[in-house]
Amino acid sequence: MTDLNELQEKINYPKTFDCVQCGYCLPACPTYETMQTETHSPRGRINLVKMLGEGKIGVEDIQEPIEKCLGCRACETACPSNVEYGQILEGAKQVIEEQKKQGKVKQQVEKALFNHMFPSRKWMDAAGHLTWLYQKSGLQTLAQLTDLTKIAPLQLGTFEKVLPKAASPTERKATPSFLPAKGKRLARVGFMSGCIMDSLFHSTNQRTIELLSIAGAEVVLPKNQTCCGALHAHSGKREAARQLAQRNIQAFEEAEVDYVVNNAGGCGAMLAEYDHLFEGEPSWDARAKVFVEKSIDVSALLHQLNYLEFTREIDEVVTYQPSCHMLHVQKVLQEPVELLSKIPGLEYREMNKKDRCCGSAGIYNVVHYEDSMSILNNKMANMKQTQAAAVITTNPGCLLQMKLGIQRAGLQDKVRVVHLVDLLMEAAPQPGKTPLN
Amino acid sequence: MANEWITELRVLIDDGRLLTSPADCYSYSFDGSFGSYLPEAVVQAQSTEEVSNVLKLANQRNIPVYPRGQGTSMSGGPLPVKGGIVLDVSQWNERLDIYPEDMVAVVSPGVITSDIHEKANEHELMYPPDPSSSHVSTIAGNLAENSGGPRGLKYGVTKDYVIGLEVVTPEGNIIRTGGRTIKNVTGYDLTKLIIGSEGMLGVITEATLKLIPKPASVRTLMVTFDTLVEAGGAISELLTSNIFPSKMELMDQASLQAVEQYSAAGLPTDVEALILIELDGHPLALEEEIQQTVTLCRQLGARDISVPEKPEEAKKLWEARKQVSPAIVQWKPTKVAEDITVPRSKIPDMCERLIDIRKRYQLHLVVFGHAGDGNLHPNIICDKRDHEEMQRVEQAVEEIFQSAVQLGGTLSGEHGIGTMKSPFMEMELGQTGIDMMKRIKQAWDPKDILNPGKMFPEPGQKLVLRDD
Ligand SMILES: Cc1cc2nc3c(=O)[nH]c(=O)nc-3n(C[C@H](O)[C@H](O)[C@H](O)COP(=O)(O)OP(=O)(O)OC[C@H]3O[C@@H](n4cnc5c(N)ncnc54)[C@H](O)[C@@H]3O)c2cc1C
Ligand code: SF4
Ligand code: SF4
Repeated sequence: MTDLNELQEKINYPKTFDCVQCGYCLPACPTYETMQTETHSPRGRINLVKMLGEGKIGVEDIQEPIEKCLGCRACETACPSNVEYGQILEGAKQVIEEQKKQGKVKQQVEKALFNHMFPSRKWMDAAGHLTWLYQKSGLQTLAQLTDLTKIAPLQLGTFEKVLPKAASPTERKATPSFLPAKGKRLARVGFMSGCIMDSLFHSTNQRTIELLSIAGAEVVLPKNQTCCGALHAHSGKREAARQLAQRNIQAFEEAEVDYVVNNAGGCGAMLAEYDHLFEGEPSWDARAKVFVEKSIDVSALLHQLNYLEFTREIDEVVTYQPSCHMLHVQKVLQEPVELLSKIPGLEYREMNKKDRCCGSAGIYNVVHYEDSMSILNNKMANMKQTQAAAVITTNPGCLLQMKLGIQRAGLQDKVRVVHLVDLLMEAAPQPGKTPLN
Repeated sequence: MANEWITELRVLIDDGRLLTSPADCYSYSFDGSFGSYLPEAVVQAQSTEEVSNVLKLANQRNIPVYPRGQGTSMSGGPLPVKGGIVLDVSQWNERLDIYPEDMVAVVSPGVITSDIHEKANEHELMYPPDPSSSHVSTIAGNLAENSGGPRGLKYGVTKDYVIGLEVVTPEGNIIRTGGRTIKNVTGYDLTKLIIGSEGMLGVITEATLKLIPKPASVRTLMVTFDTLVEAGGAISELLTSNIFPSKMELMDQASLQAVEQYSAAGLPTDVEALILIELDGHPLALEEEIQQTVTLCRQLGARDISVPEKPEEAKKLWEARKQVSPAIVQWKPTKVAEDITVPRSKIPDMCERLIDIRKRYQLHLVVFGHAGDGNLHPNIICDKRDHEEMQRVEQAVEEIFQSAVQLGGTLSGEHGIGTMKSPFMEMELGQTGIDMMKRIKQAWDPKDILNPGKMFPEPGQKLVLRDD
């Protein structure tokens, strides 16, 4: 019995009671749409976790449905009963992870990383910097995270095509740790550089810092910051995530900033929920809450500062693919679109079902390639309808996935995929003359 | 041997659409109401032939078969209370054809109700039945439960819009009822018999639905009242005043608070009751009717009246109304949802009785619903882990039903009987009434294969809302 109690606590069993099984979340769920069974729906998954808590089924029974969940959290936005699906999901993942640890999977995966990843030149490039990632984030776990045994070499080839060139450690070292505001100084912000963003999208990071400084922010990059811990938390490694969170909280406290800014929807969502990691630890919980308050996506801050003016026309039709975690967790909805509307010449066309996941979902597209591609196909059908020449994204995972979609559709010569920040920089931003606040 | 018939099923159904793993079976063990019952297999049907074959096998082997749409039933309709097969039609949505010249739609069973709304709208037509769950529920579920919705007030319910069906009988034969014409008196009206039969008399595999022209113009009014009983009185009065609203929905204070917490739609939370009214028709006539309604509401003691100018504002209010039912579990996790209906003149009396029941049993009883047609949704918000409280809930539910029947009303206006209300059938229908229904069931389904354990109470069956 005590075993069951312990399990119930881990999986947030009481939270499953908040679900009244109304089904309102079904139309919002991308995996319900593509996999077509209740088992792969939010309502179904919540019920399975509840059944696990009651000892009616085992961890092995929930593993597949839970692992096939994108964690996009569209179901939370759709749910009128405020079911905290994200927490139920992470609890379930933690339990699955613990059970896996008892098996041999862990060592095998590490081996697979070397066998599959390193033979590829480009992956090597990226992976070369993994050593750095490793140190920076304590991401020894990256290997376990990706469960690489499941990756066929063929698919690696597919991803290779869309992978940008990683920045070298020297390039990264050149990043300043402080940049004053270009015009008026409206705020002091700390920039969360993120590990994937900082290696594979290093130039976007550079531009983010510059854009912030043009927008009236004095930017600090605390040296001791580390990986946000999102990949860890989403794959059931709660303790590792907790430790990373502590380091970040500390680092940004020391930097004495008004805001903690990020430019990756997935990281931002993690930062916005740091307090969930410290339930029952009053002193950390309080510090985490302060951090959460300060944490903000770059688009939301730019919108709030309202100090940018764009001086170059961009004659292009664009559409926007929101990052799920930015939308459903950080609830940043309109700000990116409003920023786009300020660029002279630009035409924004809304994509049908834009708030539906593209299937990237962290490392989902690598681990569950086929499922991810079914979801991507639906997304591309809607994307094509807009006839846009550029897809704007706000998260590295989404960016790569959309690139992949475009490649698969043979549209690589017609459509580009751009991070919002990069597009804003193309429009030659200047400090405004009349800041509102 | 259970396994034997599953092996036989495998011959009939493609691999990916015959589900038997524990995770899958548990995922089809519940609906939007109460309780969980484990089936042994789930079949995701895609054709009439498949349904027919499954039912023939089930008859041979004596296996219960439970049709299921999206499992949003509030009465236990699709629950596999006796195990066997869940027959899922929710993924069977290949056909949704509108024929503007005949003003009909022909649909597969798994088509989502709101998709019919949208498609009809493209042709300037309307399919009126609009349950609050219409963006989730299937047309088959709507047909089997004879679902209603806000528009029931002026336009009627699902049964008023069905002119033809394709049905697989419980023994596995395929029949067609009705047709494509508005009038049809050839033989007994089996179409109407199947509608509302809760999946006990046949599996619906296709439906022909009647469409009507879309109203030229639609406007919404939001009216608040200081007390629930006043609001109930106003509803009764408005309905006899020569104005014919298309919708008239009631929300009490607790519903308003719950919805606001979810979506901040701008509903007031400091009033005891709110009525949302929709009027439709020609724009000029509409202008006048709105004025009339406003004047009348003033006379009836309304506190505030607002008439949103923009369609988006009105849409937001109606969206909020759709969220009430799931949103009201903010206080406690369990919801016991009833949908008694009383004659329109008795709405204020029913409101009074509900308030009395709430006080006497000390329960969190929330009231909202399609009040314009007398269909109230008293919902009790409770915690099913609290046995003492659940006992009070059971008593309160019984009293709610008694009150409704005493006032000349009915147990259920639209959610159906299923497992949740079967113990109270006799209260309303009497023994002979039930017996005549049972005879129909026996004639259609001699082996009791299709959705057994529903609607008719087992001897001595009582409403139990407590887990063991
Ligand atoms: C939040 C919420 C709000 C709701 N609001 C309303 C409302 O405003 N008005 C209203 O009337 N109802 C309402 N309902 C109840 C419910 O949505 C309806 O009863 C709906 O019609 C059920 O559709 P479904 O597809 O979910 O069917 P299910 O719940 O899966 O099944 C319902 C019944 O239909 C039978 N069935 C399913 N498919 C077939 C078939 N092919 N052939 C024969 N029988 C079949 C099942 O056996 C079962 O008895 C609401 C429910 C919820 C959760
Ligand atoms: S998660 Fe929310 S929306 Fe989905 S079934 Fe449960 S209560 Fe309804
Ligand atoms: S998180 Fe996304 S994929 Fe997972 S259940 Fe919710 S909506 Fe579906």
